[in-house]
Amino acid sequence: MHDLVPLTALGVTEPRCDTIGPVTITESPDWALASVAARQGQETACRSALEKLLGAEAPGIAAYASGETLSAFWIGPDVWMVEALYASHPDLAARVKATCADTASVTDQTGAWARFDLSGENLSRLMERLCNLDMGKMQAGHARRTLIEHMGCFVICHTEQFTLYSPRSSAQSLHHALITAAKSVF
Amino acid sequence: MRLSTGGQIDRARQLSFRFDGRYYKGHPGDTLASALMANGVRLMGRSFKYHRPRGVLTAGSDEPNALVELRSGGRQEPNTRATVTELFDGLRAAPQNAWPSLKFDALAINDRLSNFLTAGFYYKTFMWPAAFWEKLYEPIIRRAAGLGVIATKPDPDAYDKGFLHCDLLIIGAGPSGLMAALTAGRAGARVIVADEDFRMGGRLNAETYALSDMAGSNWAAQTVAELASLPNVRLMPRMTVFGAFDHGIYGAVERVADHLPTPPEGKPRQTLWRIYTQRTLLCAGALERPIAFANNDRPGIMTASALRAYVNRWAVAPAETVAVFTNNDDGHRTATDLIAKGVKVAALIDTRPDAPAVAGTELLAGAQVIDTAGRLGLTAITVRLANGRTRKLAVGALGVAGGWNPNVALTCHQRGRPAWDARIAAFTPAGDLPPGMRIAGAAGGQFSTHAALATGAEKAAQALSDLGITATRPDLPQAEDAPVKITPFWHVKTDKRAWLDFQNDVTVKDVKLAHQEGFRAVEHLKRYTTLGMATDQGKTSNMGGLAVMAELTGQTIAQTGTTMFRPPYTPVAMGALAGRATGPQFRPTRLTPSHHWAREQGAVFVEVGMWLRAQWFPRPGETTWRESVDREVRATRGSVGVCDVTTLGKIDVQGRDAAAFLNRIYCNGFAKLAVGRVRYGLMLREDGIAFDDGTAARLAEDHFVVTTTTANAVPVYRHMEFARQCLWHEMDVQLISTTEAWAQYAIAGPNARRLLQKLVDPGIDVSNEAFPFMACAEITICNGCPARLFRISFSGELAYELAVPTRYGDALIRRIMAEGAEFDVTPYGTEALGVMRIEKGHAAGNELNGTTTALNLGMGRMVSTKKDSIGAVLSRREGLTTSDALNLVGFRPKDPQARIPAGAHLLETGAKAVAANDLGYVTSACYSPTLESHIAIGFLKNGQERMGEHLRAASPLTGEDVEIEIVSAHFVDPEGERLRA
Repeated sequence: MHDLVPLTALGVTEPRCDTIGPVTITESPDWALASVAARQGQETACRSALEKLLGAEAPGIAAYASGETLSAFWIGPDVWMVEALYASHPDLAARVKATCADTASVTDQTGAWARFDLSGENLSRLMERLCNLDMGKMQAGHARRTLIEHMGCFVICHTEQFTLYSPRSSAQSLHHALITAAKSVF
Repeated sequence: MRLSTGGQIDRARQLSFRFDGRYYKGHPGDTLASALMANGVRLMGRSFKYHRPRGVLTAGSDEPNALVELRSGGRQEPNTRATVTELFDGLRAAPQNAWPSLKFDALAINDRLSNFLTAGFYYKTFMWPAAFWEKLYEPIIRRAAGLGVIATKPDPDAYDKGFLHCDLLIIGAGPSGLMAALTAGRAGARVIVADEDFRMGGRLNAETYALSDMAGSNWAAQTVAELASLPNVRLMPRMTVFGAFDHGIYGAVERVADHLPTPPEGKPRQTLWRIYTQRTLLCAGALERPIAFANNDRPGIMTASALRAYVNRWAVAPAETVAVFTNNDDGHRTATDLIAKGVKVAALIDTRPDAPAVAGTELLAGAQVIDTAGRLGLTAITVRLANGRTRKLAVGALGVAGGWNPNVALTCHQRGRPAWDARIAAFTPAGDLPPGMRIAGAAGGQFSTHAALATGAEKAAQALSDLGITATRPDLPQAEDAPVKITPFWHVKTDKRAWLDFQNDVTVKDVKLAHQEGFRAVEHLKRYTTLGMATDQGKTSNMGGLAVMAELTGQTIAQTGTTMFRPPYTPVAMGALAGRATGPQFRPTRLTPSHHWAREQGAVFVEVGMWLRAQWFPRPGETTWRESVDREVRATRGSVGVCDVTTLGKIDVQGRDAAAFLNRIYCNGFAKLAVGRVRYGLMLREDGIAFDDGTAARLAEDHFVVTTTTANAVPVYRHMEFARQCLWHEMDVQLISTTEAWAQYAIAGPNARRLLQKLVDPGIDVSNEAFPFMACAEITICNGCPARLFRISFSGELAYELAVPTRYGDALIRRIMAEGAEFDVTPYGTEALGVMRIEKGHAAGNELNGTTTALNLGMGRMVSTKKDSIGAVLSRREGLTTSDALNLVGFRPKDPQARIPAGAHLLETGAKAVAANDLGYVTSACYSPTLESHIAIGFLKNGQERMGEHLRAASPLTGEDVEIEIVSAHFVDPEGERLRA
């Protein structure tokens, strides 16, 4: 086992957690990500492979689906992002590729994204300051791609929680926006 | 003065404030204007051009006169309307455009010079000499004429922004808006009610009408309370909808903390909202217009509805004795309300000979106000009676009622043109309204309270019906339903000045002058006289100006038309538009994986796109950047250097057709690239011009990683996606960016391999034989960490690029530095990177500048003729392949210590520095510590044939003119022996 010490996207070893009013904003670096893009003509087979992996149907357009250990969200036509806890799946991309085989192109996206989990009450009041998604219509299981402070982000709605994925290199810019917006509301 | 009872103010609490250096008291619920008048202050400002004393004209956001500088320091806000400034404890306001004081203003001399200062005077007067305009005349005019002074310190407050969505946006919370909100709110629709006032209710708060059995203001309060209890209704007071934009999007500014001394910690002063709505109901009401007459601008003269509002809503009478001047029945209401409040109304002057009488005051029917008196405030008016005699009345205030203009501004933002409605003698919304917009109440010309309530309910129900929502119309409270009775009357004929536009000091005379000089179209009238410009955008003046012009041209007002209303409806602070994006947060910043480590080393950073990259790493004792950069270059070429190259774009290309796809994207061949090998590639644009260069590494038969330049990471990805989705959708190719997924370091120099050997895991052979130049592999390092290794070189040295998952990027740079200590490994920044690539003659952004071709770059033969690729055909255009085409060459100065200016143009010795003699230009220049000489590369006509010749590099911009020799661009190791070592 190598001894290189990982840093979170915010450049620290212990994830940052901020509570502002009723909302808690947590950096969650403990997630592995792999992109899955169906090969041409293999879309159905790829979906089946994904279903096998997830233990749930592959999420449809702009949706999120969760199985027992893996979850996935739709990021484009026949393209998904699969998530798993990093501790148990440091080699997520390889495992996904092993199952999908030639039905899909798979890349390791773990390092490409910073993840922030938002929990608490009145989250929509915070989110409406960040992006133009209609918070009145967002429901658990929705996964959207949107701009937050000029950054292309994924916004996933869970029950009483939102997950944001933003480009890793600008994590500190998104974090600043989250904290500023939260203080402005609460 | 404050009336003893009444008003929607909290008399139990007192607020202290200061205006023009004096302290006053007011109450919560007051505006600055109402509180000043309660303290007997009528003089609030000086006019724009003539520095005439001015007081309030209105009681709302249409105010042209009572503009003040609010707050101080970085918070100072010029041109703030006292009529909508909510009073708070400790408020500080100063008058503007007055010196040395408001009461004695030296520049009031302009008023005496008015005959010289007519419309357009400066265009005619300050014509010669031309250079004087900018340096002398304009500064003087700007100093003499003007509005407030902007703050010169940074605004310490935060501004925010956000996005709202709703089924129905209701703009204005007067009787129509509230009734509409009740209708839609009870039907369950998602409703936003925006109102610019801090107290919702609109004119209901300023009038004495009863709605059924309660006062109008009480009905408004009760309705607001019910709406607040509905979860689907969002009430947003203190919010101005300032623009109607495309696709049902509205811009609005919420003044979150303008009514507080300072915003609470972390809270914004204002929030800019972008509202996405399915339907819109404009309930913006109407604005009363004045009548022009001689000296109609003295403090104390205001619109009749404002006079009424101050008495009813704020229990303030501007004077003990007042008069009202009207051309319609609404003016009579003012007289009635004031009499009821115990204010003496000296006379009701009605231009209509058949005007009805009002109890409690003398009616002067068929009369006109022909002049006024009072230096700093109104003391008397002169009235010409119907019989031709004149009478002087001693009054401290005059309410002027010229009729009401529906507030059509927002209906015109999508080029809608209002139409003239003779019934109310005003323009009403017409033409192309913003899609999904309906109008209710006075904004649509429905002036009675009953009509406002009824149309509010009806239009809301219609809007919801469009969306499939059924609404039951609530029972309407009983309300007055008086018809509009008006005889249009615009101005009293006079030889004196009669003001139309109070903010810009435009008088009836100025309109006549515009007419006389041919500026008759309304848009020309506006530009020539400045009528309707500045912060109030002519809300109270446009109609009067149009009417006078119509009279002069003999056209109807309908034929004369209106100028175009554009956003914003009222001024929007720049801070609100900026929102959170200020200072270092102006845009997102991208940090490299080694950023924190580099900062610890004291690196100097440079912005490259949004990335912050280490530019150089100063060491103690180094006093100039050149010393650091020279050292970094020497250390790299002498032993080993390391550089974070994560910022280069990485695009993962997979699929059965990946190789064929890249073969079409790059102008050189990729189909036969072996697995485990990397190739340099050049992409062309469709027009044959070089687009971007980089490498493609083949990790598997169906898997490549393409690298791009830092600047073009996104454009190249977009270009490739376009090709994949639109040009060759039949190909099996999948693309995704992995730029940020990998932390990548260049390890370069003669000791690069020895350092690398200490990092890679046992069994991984990085010898030249096993891992030659342009090899690539997926490996493990540091005892099992997954990594990618590429043997590529931008510096020209034996070099590798080593990539690990980004989370380990920080750890890897620290490990490289630790393991490389024995080789004195040196981190180098973008400057050293630049020097080494110039020494090597490698093209970068300066050379791939959007005008150059592969041929220009010395890579003409790379454009394969054995296949087709994007841009290949057009790169062979005749004009791009002439014999004197530009070639990339190197330059050395005759004096090695003479700097070659980048951007300099190349000239024959003795040739004049003119475009006709231009032979090419210098693109990149540096000092080469390796050659101990300044060097440069650039493009020279037929350059390859001119090796050894001497030319000049001249920069007319810097005045430098350097003698140079044409040499190969490959200054260092031209045979490439080092990188293959």
